[in-house]
Amino acid sequence: MTTPAETTLDMRGLRLHLPGAARPVLAGIDLTVAERETVALVGESGSGKSLTSRSVLRLLPPGATTEGVIAVQGEDVLAMNAKRLRHLRTHTAAMIFQDPRAAINPLRRVGDFLTESLRLNADLSDDTAAERAARMLDAVGLGERVLGQYPGQLSGGMLQRVMIASALMGDPALILADEPTTALDVTTQAEVVGLLDDLRERFGTGLLFVTHDLGLAAAISDRVYVMYAGRIAETGPAQAMFERPRHPYTAALLRSTPRLATPQGRLAAIKGQPPSLREELTGCPFAARCAFTTPVCTEELPPHVPVRSEPTRLVACHHSDELADQLAESALHD
Amino acid sequence: MTFLRFALRRLAEMAATLLAASFLIFGAMYLAPGNPASFLLSGRSASPEAFRAINAQYHLNDPFWQQYLRWLGQVLRGDFGRSIEYRTPVSTLLASRLPSTLLLVAMALALVVVIGLALGWTGAVRGGATDSTILVATTFAVGTPSFVAAVLLQGLFSVKLGWFPSSGTGSGPASMLWHLTLPALALAHYLIGMLARVTRSAMLEVMGHEHVTVARSRGVPERAVIRRHVFRNTLGTVLTMGGLIVSTLLICTVLVETAFSVNGVGQLLDLSTTTKDFPVVQAISLIIVAIFMIVNFLVDLLLPLVDPRVTLGTRGGAV
Ligand SMILES: Nc1ncnc2c1ncn2[C@@H]1O[C@H](COP(=O)(O)OP(=O)(O)O)[C@@H](O)[C@H]1O
Ligand SMILES: [Mg+2]
Repeated sequence: MTTPAETTLDMRGLRLHLPGAARPVLAGIDLTVAERETVALVGESGSGKSLTSRSVLRLLPPGATTEGVIAVQGEDVLAMNAKRLRHLRTHTAAMIFQDPRAAINPLRRVGDFLTESLRLNADLSDDTAAERAARMLDAVGLGERVLGQYPGQLSGGMLQRVMIASALMGDPALILADEPTTALDVTTQAEVVGLLDDLRERFGTGLLFVTHDLGLAAAISDRVYVMYAGRIAETGPAQAMFERPRHPYTAALLRSTPRLATPQGRLAAIKGQPPSLREELTGCPFAARCAFTTPVCTEELPPHVPVRSEPTRLVACHHSDELADQLAESALHD
Repeated sequence: MTFLRFALRRLAEMAATLLAASFLIFGAMYLAPGNPASFLLSGRSASPEAFRAINAQYHLNDPFWQQYLRWLGQVLRGDFGRSIEYRTPVSTLLASRLPSTLLLVAMALALVVVIGLALGWTGAVRGGATDSTILVATTFAVGTPSFVAAVLLQGLFSVKLGWFPSSGTGSGPASMLWHLTLPALALAHYLIGMLARVTRSAMLEVMGHEHVTVARSRGVPERAVIRRHVFRNTLGTVLTMGGLIVSTLLICTVLVETAFSVNGVGQLLDLSTTTKDFPVVQAISLIIVAIFMIVNFLVDLLLPLVDPRVTLGTRGGAV
């Protein structure tokens, strides 16, 4: 069941251009999520994670132009008509947003929020939709009572549960979660992540989990994509990648992530700033901040190549092989 | 705060405000130049006896406080006194003129709500040239004084096209509707422009909120997104304008009824002001103040129904 047509999400060569930007904001993203798989997309803020995940629902900024294919269960999202797109958004793929308080209309009751999409698309009767909403609320650990409440009466953690319940309403094949715990306090974060993982298992959905937290990515995902300046720097199975990063950017991210393994919890923020969208880029986008830059880095864009003896990993770095040991060492100890 | 406490507090506030307003209204009449008796008798060679008789009938020689308290006592018993000009009870006078004013204000209010909201909605949703056209039109509407609008409407629709009468009130419902169409337009145009602009900018503001994008991302059809998540969220703002809308209608109806010779309460207020018919002016002024306060009270009662974040007695930014 892993032929490309049946991959839940198959994004190929996605390029996204915004008006006024000197280079594409997304410069050729290849990303897949298989059935029931959890995939993490990590990177610093501004690297294009949200744009990548939102484009799966064709939720693009005004004036954005795209190239490439985003196939969800074999159908290209970028080529859908309005009706298919609504069907995709109602039944096939659903998104969970960062700040549930901003994402839910404060003037409508939770019950309305949960059922409106199915009711308005005439897919379910009011009663059936309400029944399903009650069941989904139960699945996320909230009582039926919540149906009649307004968002203002619920805590942030409860609202994010409502958001998750709403994502499950249409029985989707894919859930996109864009930093779903960033706006929550620490204990709630853990609960929400645990819940999301449980439900993914129980309802058999694929999950694309966007986060800037590598620890979280490692804990929840099967595979990870590391994104930098609109490109995938490195991808592979979570454990292998975080134990032996092959891209200097991955190593730098690991160093800036608090982990149990880090002695004294010394954290090194990555020096410098990601390149602005007003700059055109030749060569490797990370060259300006990388400790191992050589002339070739600023001249040639590194292609994505499989890591030797680890064919499930891809890395885009000219010096990946030479640096392998050094990066593994530095990621752990700095 | 419980509903009962809120209602009682607001009623007490309204009573106090009305009392203050009554004092100001009566005081203004008292201080106004000219004397009703001399006005009544102007042009006629009145005998000092006639003059004295009128002064006695209306207690014009009593001290201010006595006059005020006597008047207030009557008003509290529902008696607004007798008109000096028409020599009939003010309440009879008002009752005979009320239907045309009520119909006129109701027609204007309907126009304001329907056209104002529709224009604001269309401008915000369509954008582009449609929006620019609506903006220009509403700027024009807001900038045109009622009396100018009255002249323009009469010139175009009654003199040139002959579709509507240029003045008068008519009798019978159909004829009244026909007669009051142009006055209602003259009365409504400013508020249509205002409401359209407020609605438009409120909708544009809400459209920038994340929950609207999220609604789209969940497959909610576009029309429903606009209706249920954009327009719905501007209702609080629109409702808050209710007080302003009603008071503007009441005040402008004086100008419009005069311009179109509609025999309503507004025209009566205008006539009574010129003839110094104090009891009539006082009664109408007081009623306008009372209506304004009642409308604001109703707005405060309705606001929590429209926006669950607003609790009784705290007007918040409703978006
Ligand atoms: N609506 C938009 N209009 C213009 N630029 C945008 C818009 N959304 C995102 N961007 C730009 O695209 C880049 C990637 O943004 P985003 O996908 O939100 O990053 P991330 O989610 O990784 O923090 C950023 O440089 C951001 O400024
Ligand atoms: Mg983001």
